[in-house]
Amino acid sequence: MPYQFTVSPDFGPNQLAGWHIFNTWLQRQLDTDIHFETYDSFEAQRQAIDEDNVDIIYANPYDASFLVREKGFVAAATPQKPDETTIAVLVDSPVQEIEALTPGSKIAQTNDPDISMMGMLMLEPANLNAGNTTAIHQDSYIQVAKALIQGKADIGFFLSEAFDELSSLVKSQLRPLVSSDIQIVSHALLIGPKLADRKEELTNKLTSMDADPQDKSLLQSLGFEKWAPMDEDEMEFMIDLIEALAA
Amino acid sequence: MHDMSPSDIQGDYQETTLKYFDGNQRKVLVTDIETPYPEGKLIVSRTDTKGNITHCNRSFIDMSGYEESEIIGQPHALLRHPDMPAAAFEDLWKTVQAGDKWHGYVKNLRKDGGYYWVYATVIPNIRKGQVIGYTSVRRKPSRQKVEEAITTYANMN
Ligand SMILES: Cc1cc2nc3c(=O)[nH]c(=O)nc-3n(C[C@H](O)[C@H](O)[C@H](O)COP(=O)(O)O)c2cc1C
Repeated sequence: MPYQFTVSPDFGPNQLAGWHIFNTWLQRQLDTDIHFETYDSFEAQRQAIDEDNVDIIYANPYDASFLVREKGFVAAATPQKPDETTIAVLVDSPVQEIEALTPGSKIAQTNDPDISMMGMLMLEPANLNAGNTTAIHQDSYIQVAKALIQGKADIGFFLSEAFDELSSLVKSQLRPLVSSDIQIVSHALLIGPKLADRKEELTNKLTSMDADPQDKSLLQSLGFEKWAPMDEDEMEFMIDLIEALAA
Repeated sequence: MHDMSPSDIQGDYQETTLKYFDGNQRKVLVTDIETPYPEGKLIVSRTDTKGNITHCNRSFIDMSGYEESEIIGQPHALLRHPDMPAAAFEDLWKTVQAGDKWHGYVKNLRKDGGYYWVYATVIPNIRKGQVIGYTSVRRKPSRQKVEEAITTYANMN
């Protein structure tokens, strides 16, 4: 049975090819068969994890909590790129600040759990919560932007990176209201119990990837410059932080 | 903790003596200048099991007005504002020592005598079943909730 590698479904539309190439790199480095599987939704991926069908995962910080604490995964490395959230409105919306938003607001968002969580936290100063707003779920950040432009939603939650990558035509119709600046929460490459004894080897190979020009350009196609090591302690404190923020 | 020094204070101030849970006391100098909570940021700190600060992030440093070297190793009561009732912190400690999560609105005192309001969460850091310290993360509170807290705390003091 080959090992199973998967990526949190929040990756950008241009990154799929890069993750395929990364999987090839992984197989070569670990000298073993690894199958790359993508999931359409966070729920489908959660189920695969539950059924122990995932051995290596590029996980978002919210899922990392469950993977590490419930499933015995450990971090092999983290990209040096924090996950931040942007809340945007239409460019000509009268709303100039979060506090001007009112109950009944319709929020376009993906099912990305950490972005939804951070987005809701940033609405608290306006006394908004899940009970007095309506979530409108979209399959991608481009669809979130479209829902705003088509007037189906009042505000949209974006992974800041995905907002920045919207086409200039789309972006010119939107205005960021607030962006988070948390710095310390990021995705991580996690490995499951079956590969635990190869963690150190994999961490060493990942963190020296940026020294090779071809591997470095692969990382850039995935949206970051280099992998940094992430020890157990750092991961545990990041999880504590997320659990503190989760309702 | 040292008494606060008039040379650090911005604006007109009042002097109060704070008595802490452990029996120590400290002279604090307090102004009525509020620093608004920075948009989109989280203020994060960690303490050991006794409440002495072991880590803090950039936003913590910026909002408190202290240098990092003046913060690390100090009790978290460094930020205690005289308007905060002791009962709020008794509840905090009772909750986290029982292994639970504490939430509350907190008015914090800056080095310059001013203050800032936060919505704080404190959780125990549990490793292999043992509490090894505590983490607190603060976010921007709603004005309405702050007004309610002002009334509640005034009645508790
Ligand atoms: C992780 C953590 C964070 C805390 N953060 C604050 C804070 O921001 N401001 C504050 O006044 N007290 C904070 N406290 C509570 C203090 O430890 C202390 O109980 C409080 O300031 C009252 O002082 P006293 O208990 O010495 O009387 C925190 C405690 C913990 C465990």
